[in-house]
Amino acid sequence: MNIEFIQKVLPLYQKAAVLTVEIGALGIVLSILVGLCAALILYDKIPVLRWIVSAYIEISRNTPLLIQLFFFYYGLPKIGIRMEAKLCGLIGLGFLGGSYMAEAFRSGLEAVGQMQAESAYSLGFSKLQTMRYIVLPQALDISFPAFMANIIFLLKETSVFSAISLMDLMFTAKDLIGVYAKTSESLFLLVICYLLILLPISLIGSGIERRLGRHGFGS
Amino acid sequence: MDLGLEVLFKGQNLMRLLGGLGVALQISLISVGFSIPLGILMGLCMTSQNRIGRFSLRFYLEFIRIMPQLVLLFLVFFGTTRAWGWNISGELSAVIVFTLWGTAEMGDLVRGALQSIPKHQYESAYALGMTTVQTFVSIIFPQAVRRLIPLAINLITRMIKTTSLIVMIGVVEVLKVAQQIIESNRMNSPNAAFIVYLFVFVLYFLACFPISLLARYLEKRWR
Repeated sequence: MNIEFIQKVLPLYQKAAVLTVEIGALGIVLSILVGLCAALILYDKIPVLRWIVSAYIEISRNTPLLIQLFFFYYGLPKIGIRMEAKLCGLIGLGFLGGSYMAEAFRSGLEAVGQMQAESAYSLGFSKLQTMRYIVLPQALDISFPAFMANIIFLLKETSVFSAISLMDLMFTAKDLIGVYAKTSESLFLLVICYLLILLPISLIGSGIERRLGRHGFGS
Repeated sequence: MDLGLEVLFKGQNLMRLLGGLGVALQISLISVGFSIPLGILMGLCMTSQNRIGRFSLRFYLEFIRIMPQLVLLFLVFFGTTRAWGWNISGELSAVIVFTLWGTAEMGDLVRGALQSIPKHQYESAYALGMTTVQTFVSIIFPQAVRRLIPLAINLITRMIKTTSLIVMIGVVEVLKVAQQIIESNRMNSPNAAFIVYLFVFVLYFLACFPISLLARYLEKRWR
């Protein structure tokens, strides 16, 4: 290990880590929005839209992110849809994550007993109120472990962004290996950076998980 | 607008793309083949009474799980060359990494399946005078396997999807072949990238979707 070299390239890794976290965080927010909409459409069995959402989920879950990104970034411009790499990475992550989040939320929604909604209706809650105050809070509680697993999964998936020439952690590591042949230092920093990003999230997640889910209503 | 559909069917292109997918599928199936027996072993150890064994396996699982698979590929592909002077091919690194990863995931699935069997199943078997081996073979495994098989099949689709990463360590698989085809047709059909990458996308979908359907079907049937 060459400490001087590590000090020299640390800022590069820092920049790359910020990019990874930035796109990862925005992508996760996008995934949650897409996933919530998709799950509600499936739960409410809205005609037509429901078929589209099911097809989207199957397509997105059964193809790798790398292939999706290649199609979005190198394929779509040929039919006139151009995006810069950052936006493309964000959309790719949202496209992939949306379906995973949708599945998590949907199973949560389905796990909330029918009686809950019926009781709410009989108390005079409107459909929207029932969803907002009764069903959704319980469903989110139930789907939390899957939700957390998805967040870590999506952050890990950001490692393929180097394929569409985003200067993320993988790109930086590969670049340094190529230029300086300092393989052990580059890989060491790479592992440390990913641990620093992912370990706290994983620990916080399992901490919250332990607190949740102790209370079951109407079961 | 010319999208270069004919590029797909020109010469050997279609067969080359399918061959590329074959390389990826082969690597994932070999890795799954190693992962399942090793994972079962790991799952059994994780449910054993030995604390040190349990803890070290837990540590192994968490480390493998938290690292992106691409980082693991880099560690093995570039790292081993550096550390021990081994010069292993991209294919072999991929099989090593995906076996390590698959074993960890499979081990956790086996652990989950074994722990989901209620305790009274074990106790009743012992009360009937069965030995530990008998209990596992005739009481626990038949029940655990039903919960396990759909999840193990799902692991295969995850493995296939993850295998797409091997292009990043220089293995010539379907995505690399697609790039080569697009490059060599740059002059006569500059827009071929759309159709070729779409085709690769569809290929992966066709490889994974039936397996996902099978997993879902078994899960519903055996619930």
